[in-house]
Amino acid sequence: MQRKFTCIICPNGCEITAEYDTAAGSVAIHSIEGQTCPRGEEYVKQELTDPRRTIASSVLVRGGELPLASVRLTAPIPKAKIFDAMREIRKLAVDAPVVAGTVLIENLLGLGTDLVVTKSVGLR
Amino acid sequence: MTDNIDVLIIGGGPAGLAAAVKLWDLGVHSLLVLEREKQLGGILRQCIHDGFGLTRFGTTLSGPEYAQRFIDEVRERNIPYITNAAVIGIKPQISGGSGGTSARQPGLRSPEGRAAFGWSAVSEQNAGRSVEAPELKLVTAATRDGLRKWQAKAVVLAMGCRERTRGALAIPGERPAGVFTAGVAQAYMNLYNRMPAREVVILGSGDIGMIMARRLTLEGAHVQAVFEVLPYPSGLPRNIEQCLNDYNIPLYLSHTVTNIHGSARLTAVTVSEVDSQMKPIPGTEKEYPCDTLILSVGLIPENELSLDAGVTLDGRTRGAEVDEFFQTSVPGIFSAGNVLHVHDLVDFVSLEAEALAESCARYLSSGLPECALNIVADKSVNHTVPMRISGSHDVPLSLRPSRPFRDCRVVARQGGVELASKPMKKAIPAEMIQMKIPAAKISASGDILVSIEAGVRASCPSEGD
Repeated sequence: MQRKFTCIICPNGCEITAEYDTAAGSVAIHSIEGQTCPRGEEYVKQELTDPRRTIASSVLVRGGELPLASVRLTAPIPKAKIFDAMREIRKLAVDAPVVAGTVLIENLLGLGTDLVVTKSVGLR
Repeated sequence: MTDNIDVLIIGGGPAGLAAAVKLWDLGVHSLLVLEREKQLGGILRQCIHDGFGLTRFGTTLSGPEYAQRFIDEVRERNIPYITNAAVIGIKPQISGGSGGTSARQPGLRSPEGRAAFGWSAVSEQNAGRSVEAPELKLVTAATRDGLRKWQAKAVVLAMGCRERTRGALAIPGERPAGVFTAGVAQAYMNLYNRMPAREVVILGSGDIGMIMARRLTLEGAHVQAVFEVLPYPSGLPRNIEQCLNDYNIPLYLSHTVTNIHGSARLTAVTVSEVDSQMKPIPGTEKEYPCDTLILSVGLIPENELSLDAGVTLDGRTRGAEVDEFFQTSVPGIFSAGNVLHVHDLVDFVSLEAEALAESCARYLSSGLPECALNIVADKSVNHTVPMRISGSHDVPLSLRPSRPFRDCRVVARQGGVELASKPMKKAIPAEMIQMKIPAAKISASGDILVSIEAGVRASCPSEGD
């Protein structure tokens, strides 16, 4: 089989073509072409076997100068788990002050990724 | 009271902050950043998605994290800045002392005036070139302490850009609530904790629109589709993949919104296909019930202050016309970042502002060489930055194609002689191209023509036309 990919690792957005076969639930990759760096090849392998994404969102801040602190995952999670992760993030509310870099949830849903604050929010 | 200062930077976003840090490190310490908002960081404060910093820092960061790196650098150096300070005027000429704007200050053109400016060596360094001693600029800002004025040797324009609105598109129909630009929806959601939409249609395939398609979906809204009037996407391919395809949001090219329905709140939009002249095709109308229309239809450099200062704008970038030193048509006024030309990546905004800072420092110490060679583009190229060069240095040229190309070559020629070329597998309007023009090949006179030549490989003809 042939499939075309747009690499999302960097803004170059390389168009990559993969030749592969699937048999008995596993993927046999014959060729990967079009990438301009090794990360493109890794991305396509990952997409064919276990596509993953990082997500960014925000959490409520009580008593802060801003009502929200932005957050993101430290490592990508399986695409199918994105909305489960969003549900967990939406449950959170933290007290100001919040400091960027603070881990709010370790090993989110056992997925091997942490939820980390990306914006410091001071006291109101 | 009017304070004297070497460099006044207008805007505390990525361009202004990068310029401030670099100027400081180059020894320019009489420096001030004026920021209109309550906090430094500019638009990055609301861009909570990641993907920033791959070029500048070699890692992927969210917008707030990227901004914080520069804010930390500013604070470590104790670089002065004022927030809640809206600049309301820049006058390039000042009559002696009083801050009036009518008469020139002849003293600055005299040898004594040059010496006072620190330009004692100008005549030797620029022998044979007609470099004028600069005049001070009067900058007025509304601040929390009232109206404040500065006399600056140099001004850095770093005001960024703003979004095109419904008004600029002239979409017919009612005027209900629920029509937002993508950046406004982003501010509601990411800064103010307000959910602006449930059923969404997006017009325009700009990057912010696609990023908001994903953000709205993650927060529970239903995004029906993105419609783009052009026959190709306006945003980056990676955003089509990770913001639309990942969430099964369709992108329809050559479609536009032709009517808006609703009284208090939007109830539906009519969408039509367009022909090759971008005119709606009668009979193709389709109604999409929705409560929100998000517009992601382009960004415009915010240049009201530049015009006030007498800076000449370029018709294509809608930013200042600049030379290779990022100096505008008004000596001593510099411009970089999205106020100069709209970038797709903040990394290049920072790098551009750092290059500006080097030029600005040189301007203060010794003046800058004259830039008499024009860079012109044919219709394959939407615009280039800079528009004028000296020919004495290698120049990194930024440009955008006017339409998508495949297997093409970007070429710069002077009088038929090829100065530089860059082969590309694909060139699209969404991606800024950078190409270096080596000084060694540049002649002393004659325009430099930049063009994109299609069809390097016959088997893979260019798209369009």
